[in-house]
Amino acid sequence: MNNGLKVIKPGIYSLLQDGGRYGQHSMGLTNGGPLDRNAFRWANLLCENPQDSASIEVTVGGLVLESTVTTTLAVTGADIPLSINKQPAPPWQSHSINPGDLIELGFARSGSRAYLAVGGGFQADPIFNSVATVPREGLGGLHADGTALKSGDLLPCQRIENTSLWQLPENLRADSRQNSARLRVVLGYQQEHFSETQQQRFFNSGYSVTKYSDRMGYRLEGTKIIPAIEGILSEGICLGAIQFPPDGQPIVLLNDRQTMGGYPKIGSVLSVDIGKLAQLSAGGTVNFEAISIDQAQSLLTENEKQFVSKQLLKLCL
Amino acid sequence: MSTEKTIAIAGENSLIVYFAENPSAAISIEIATTVKKLKTYLGTTLIDLVPSYASLLVIFDPFKTNHQSVRRAIHTAIKDLNKIANAPEISSGSLVTLPVYYSSESGPDLQSVANTAGLSIAEVIAIHQQTEYRVYAIGFAPGFAYLGEVDLRIATPRLATPRQQVPRGAVAIADQQTAVYPAQSPGGWNLIGLCPQLMFNPKISPSMPIAVGDLVRFEAIDKTTFENLGGVL
Repeated sequence: MNNGLKVIKPGIYSLLQDGGRYGQHSMGLTNGGPLDRNAFRWANLLCENPQDSASIEVTVGGLVLESTVTTTLAVTGADIPLSINKQPAPPWQSHSINPGDLIELGFARSGSRAYLAVGGGFQADPIFNSVATVPREGLGGLHADGTALKSGDLLPCQRIENTSLWQLPENLRADSRQNSARLRVVLGYQQEHFSETQQQRFFNSGYSVTKYSDRMGYRLEGTKIIPAIEGILSEGICLGAIQFPPDGQPIVLLNDRQTMGGYPKIGSVLSVDIGKLAQLSAGGTVNFEAISIDQAQSLLTENEKQFVSKQLLKLCL
Repeated sequence: MSTEKTIAIAGENSLIVYFAENPSAAISIEIATTVKKLKTYLGTTLIDLVPSYASLLVIFDPFKTNHQSVRRAIHTAIKDLNKIANAPEISSGSLVTLPVYYSSESGPDLQSVANTAGLSIAEVIAIHQQTEYRVYAIGFAPGFAYLGEVDLRIATPRLATPRQQVPRGAVAIADQQTAVYPAQSPGGWNLIGLCPQLMFNPKISPSMPIAVGDLVRFEAIDKTTFENLGGVL
């Protein structure tokens, strides 16, 4: 008899995700995985898990779970109210959960995606080495077929007892209240086909997030950018690539992007900034800043450092 | 035949190699050979590779290596290409034969392809089988392989309005490209038949019968053979 968390309500859109599916682009498979990887990693660390353990990405909110097991649980990311047995429970820290407990997430006051982790991570059969749910590909998730969580699902997890509870210091929590983000960009791909003027316009303009934004990509709207070429031979697309279809409006490609495409690209958004973008909702504002490869490398290292040294505060209860 | 190859930055942990302006069988072989070499050179520092028509995207682990080292590995890999261009060990790809039930019931656009070409249906079917197609790229959906190049006589532009549902196994033509739809999906290519062989099956390994750089030949089968091979109309 499996124990775990039973899905009472799946909410708007809740997906099982781990670190993502890698090394399968040659078959056309995308990565999947959490859009806000930093928040996802903190949720796992708060539960004393390896950072890429399977957790739930909750988009906007509405997820309701009932536990049949003793474990720990943490919610990070977007500001979505959490309650345990109808009592408000703070985010960015771990909580003890007992059989029969009701875990309810409200709806985002700011930000778009929250991460819910449990001790030991959720157990599901990986496909191509990952449980990351990619609905478009019909891969991953609880049933390995790419379906989102639905009422009646039982998310199996281990029994975890007598463990410590932790909290992330406030200065390390991402703040999603502004609904705006400054995204750092490594120039590349067809950059030379964007004139000096077009590049200046791009980096000096603000863009807003349209409602046509999802896990494949964020479609933005603002100053039109027209490269010197309309299309290219289809080629590999990396995470964060900024492409311009003929309408001149940028699309930032995210975790569930198609692996190949034929629109010109000016470069790619730094991975550590993808989470900031993915927390924005329609109407949110974005601007871009070009950085060098060396700057990108040191920003990655800096971001990584915080997860290496344990920065969590132990809660005394 | 030595075209100028260039390496560009794609992102914080990726470089893209451009082999030529235009795709060709020779370029496709060079890319497949480079894929093999880079897997050896980069080992566990490699995260993924996306070979395409005339380019190769190389994604690496930025915490195990860096742009400079990967660039050097790529230089080494492509420098050797001219040397081995005529050697027998180059990755010329395997030849895979895929069965196709060509008919108007399995290929609803067969008649219009024939009309556009000014040929009979039988001629379209014969011409489609005459070419050994190169797998230029795999993408769009899991297992969707872009095969080229279709004989100009039967090259047909995409439908003005894409279909909401193209069945799994549909064999299709778009301009000089042909493909087998690996799963039911929307699509705007001209459908000329059905292939009973699964092009993507996550439950088995390898999950695809073909890889980039391979050659594909189509072979006509009748309805009974199609059904015996598991095909469903």
